[in-house]
Amino acid sequence: MLTRTAAPEEAPAEVAAELGSVSLRDVHKRFPARRRGAAPVAALDGVSLYAAPGEIVAVVGPSGRGKTTLLELICGLLKPDRGTLATAPAALMAQRDLLLPWRSAVDNAALALRVAGVDRAAAREQAGALLRDFRLEGFERARPYELSGGMRQRVAFARTLLSGRTVLCLDEPFAALDALTRQDMQDWLAGALAVAPRTVVLVTHDVEEAIVLADRIVVLSPRPGRVVGTLDVNVARPRRRTDARLVALRERALRELLG
Amino acid sequence: MIAGLLLLALLGVWEAYAQFGAVAPILLPAPSAILTALYDDRALLWSNFTVTATEIGVGMLIALVLGPACAVAIHLSRALRRALYPLLVGSQTIPIVLIAPLLVAWWGFGVGPKVAIVALVCFFPIVVPTLDALHRVDPDLRKLMRTFGASRWQTFRMVEAPAALPGLLTGAKLSVAVAAIGAVLAELAASDAGLGNLMIKAIPSFETARAFAAVLILSVFSVALFGLLALAERRLLPWAHQPRGTAP
Repeated sequence: MLTRTAAPEEAPAEVAAELGSVSLRDVHKRFPARRRGAAPVAALDGVSLYAAPGEIVAVVGPSGRGKTTLLELICGLLKPDRGTLATAPAALMAQRDLLLPWRSAVDNAALALRVAGVDRAAAREQAGALLRDFRLEGFERARPYELSGGMRQRVAFARTLLSGRTVLCLDEPFAALDALTRQDMQDWLAGALAVAPRTVVLVTHDVEEAIVLADRIVVLSPRPGRVVGTLDVNVARPRRRTDARLVALRERALRELLG
Repeated sequence: MIAGLLLLALLGVWEAYAQFGAVAPILLPAPSAILTALYDDRALLWSNFTVTATEIGVGMLIALVLGPACAVAIHLSRALRRALYPLLVGSQTIPIVLIAPLLVAWWGFGVGPKVAIVALVCFFPIVVPTLDALHRVDPDLRKLMRTFGASRWQTFRMVEAPAALPGLLTGAKLSVAVAAIGAVLAELAASDAGLGNLMIKAIPSFETARAFAAVLILSVFSVALFGLLALAERRLLPWAHQPRGTAP
């Protein structure tokens, strides 16, 4: 696992950690077959990816195992079978908010701080301030079941940010939301990242989401996952969905995706 | 409401049958006779009730300490799971009626053997739902904790233990029912006090109404205990009764 406590022979990862970048070179990952006798499932087949510090890279591709595998590799939850991987410490935010139902919004947001040993009062103060920035003022003490889907995702994002990791891995963060809330949350995330820039690897199957948010779009093929195309989104922020350049890029990305 | 009406109707039928039917009061006392016995024998019933209530209370407390401890041990260690689970299931097949006199032979007529039997019968219904809740913790939550660099202990304390509480409460509610039966069975085997002891002595001396009064007290006590646990569950774990967040 490539974290701040990396072993000496993983020194290059330390360097990457300092820089806050993500770098994968020719990474392979396969999983044993579910059934006996079947062939193992190749999730990633030689994927190379680089995200500079502060860059937002979207990984777009059809549903399958590859994209999530990619993020779990970056977060150190999995090890590659082959290839090299050097990344700064990364935090994962999934499609499901994964909030603990017995914790209030503020205590959920403070979870990573509590794990890191910050005392309750200080953790709550820090988390509470961030929740207020995230338009959740007055909901600090609410339990997750009292919040809407969009609010829960914002709490989850606050929790991810407060983990103090320089890299954020977002795994279809808004896929479970309805279309309007999703657009709202995408704009909101763009704003939040403009205020507090992080290196972001955003996995999505929503091309529009990728174009609104990302600096660069990497198109992944269906299983086994390979990078089949890269698109730079050189459009200044804040971006408008109806911007002609964004619409044109969307067409191109869809063409690549549909092959 | 409907339950109350149903109960009243049943009691009415019972009363009418016992009063006007051709059935001897020593075979089936009327509800009114049971109420009279409840009042007349209140001192006797109370002193025996405290004995049985102690057996049930202490036995359940022991099961509530050992049960979750056992569930956690089985959950955390694959080796212990293999070692303990068969023993756990096996322990449930021991016939209580057989072991009760044995325990008395070992430990005497006091409260000890009864407490042990109550603890034994409550143990299994507490362990299984607790263990189940521990196993059903979302694996993605464990992953999340790993990305935060959480230790095994932190993941247990912050995620798994709270997630297991509803299971534990369910187990405690289930065990209330068997606790009363366990205590009475243990007293029937050998005892010098307790509601079960009172029942077994009342029937040969034709005090059937008193035996029914003892049963009534035990039922009310169990229902109250159950209600208390249900209340605790609602107060302590309000989140466990809400619809879950949006599924993927």
